[in-house]
Amino acid sequence: MVTRRNFLDRLLALGFVSTAVSILYPVWRYIIPPAAAEPATDSVIAGKIAEFKPNTGALVKFGTKPAILVRTSDGQFKAFNAVCTHLECTVQYKAETSQIWCACHNGLYDLSGSVVSGPPPRPLEVFKVNLRGEPGQEDVVISRA
Amino acid sequence: MTEQLFAWLDERLDLSGLRAFVAEKTVPVHRHSVWYYMGGITLFLVGVQVATGILLLLYYRPSASEAYESVQFIVSQVEFGWLIRNLHSWSANLLILMAFVHLFSTFFLRAYRKPRELTWITGVLLLFIMMGFGFSGYLLPWNELAFFATKVGTGIAGALPFVGDFMVRFLRGGDDVTGATLTRFYGIHVAILPAMTTALLGTHLLLIQRQGMSVPPSVEKREKAGETIPQEPFFPNYVLHDVMWWYVALAVLAALALFLPWELGKKADAFAAVPAGIRPEWYFLAMFQTLKLIPSHVLGFEGEMLGVMGFNVAAVLLFLVPFLDRKNPDGRQNPFITFAGVVAVVYLIVFTIYGYLAA
Repeated sequence: MVTRRNFLDRLLALGFVSTAVSILYPVWRYIIPPAAAEPATDSVIAGKIAEFKPNTGALVKFGTKPAILVRTSDGQFKAFNAVCTHLECTVQYKAETSQIWCACHNGLYDLSGSVVSGPPPRPLEVFKVNLRGEPGQEDVVISRA
Repeated sequence: MTEQLFAWLDERLDLSGLRAFVAEKTVPVHRHSVWYYMGGITLFLVGVQVATGILLLLYYRPSASEAYESVQFIVSQVEFGWLIRNLHSWSANLLILMAFVHLFSTFFLRAYRKPRELTWITGVLLLFIMMGFGFSGYLLPWNELAFFATKVGTGIAGALPFVGDFMVRFLRGGDDVTGATLTRFYGIHVAILPAMTTALLGTHLLLIQRQGMSVPPSVEKREKAGETIPQEPFFPNYVLHDVMWWYVALAVLAALALFLPWELGKKADAFAAVPAGIRPEWYFLAMFQTLKLIPSHVLGFEGEMLGVMGFNVAAVLLFLVPFLDRKNPDGRQNPFITFAGVVAVVYLIVFTIYGYLAA
């Protein structure tokens, strides 16, 4: 048997609960960060060709992530996403063995991005490298393949 | 289970004592009772400010290069971000309005009389702190209006004799309003003022609970004549009335936040010209307008300095109200206090409207 007092008490409780829900729902949605709104970068100019000596590697900004640009001993350019596929450390070029090395857990990649040894589960993402401009003064352009 | 938990806590915290206090507590009912709720509404709005302020902190970045963009991000990218920011801005304004209403209602009902002098003093301090919150928070979105308003506002401190130059540098974190000012205001807004508010508000509320509600002199006279003033239980009657007023405040706040979004304006640029029609927030407008009207030199003193000194004297008088209000020898209330209060209210309203129309 629901008495009038009982009914009113429940109505009041329902009112408070609705208030709480209508406040907590927006708060809950608000504290979840929105999907990254950063624009995706498709290509960057890494620098002039003369800045990169053979058998060296350089890290360049590719949007919000680092990319690694390698000039091989025979003068060719290669570029990869510099984020290791294992636990997202940033990789570096190892001139002695001409390999890409991740210092965190000793992951090794060759110059086609494939895993040579260590824990990385996948090869590095390969970027395209183009040379643009006057011969000898070319810009090295890295872009998503 | 609940009973066990209560018993466990009760053994340690003497909750029964507290429960008995709340159960016995009553609030007087008379024709001025409605003014008791103004403080409650102000407290509710403080709660809204704390909650929305903490949420804004999740995305806000306090630097000159990122502040504006982060607020833009909040209102355009984050889900319900526009709502949180609108609530925070509107609630800030309503809070100051309600704090003024609360101040003047306790003033005219003479609630500051012995033994409640400290409640009055902490209340006045809280009002000034709330204005400090308003002033420091206004700069945080780092937009054009806020930038120049802060320049003018901090510049006014320079009119103070002896300490003026120091105050300007202290407030700005340098000679000019820059990113250093923004960082400083941010620290003041989210750490220093909240800490002071916590201590003062705690004291203010504790005093009110300890001493109970003040009754105005007219009701007190009836009481002394032997009449019994009706009382209502604090819990649940008074608390539910309080909550009802909170719902009214929430409805007004939600309507404002939904239908009158707070503009963000243009990003601050130190090398841009001051936009036309610049003026401070409405609660500083009366002071702003007064300073504009004072001639540049009065009796050999700088007009601005005299104005600022005048405001300081007014602030000191406001603190001293409980000690200045002396009864007439025949026991009647001092009519000068009421008169001074009416003059203050009329001055604030007229000069605020004048400031709006003149800008």
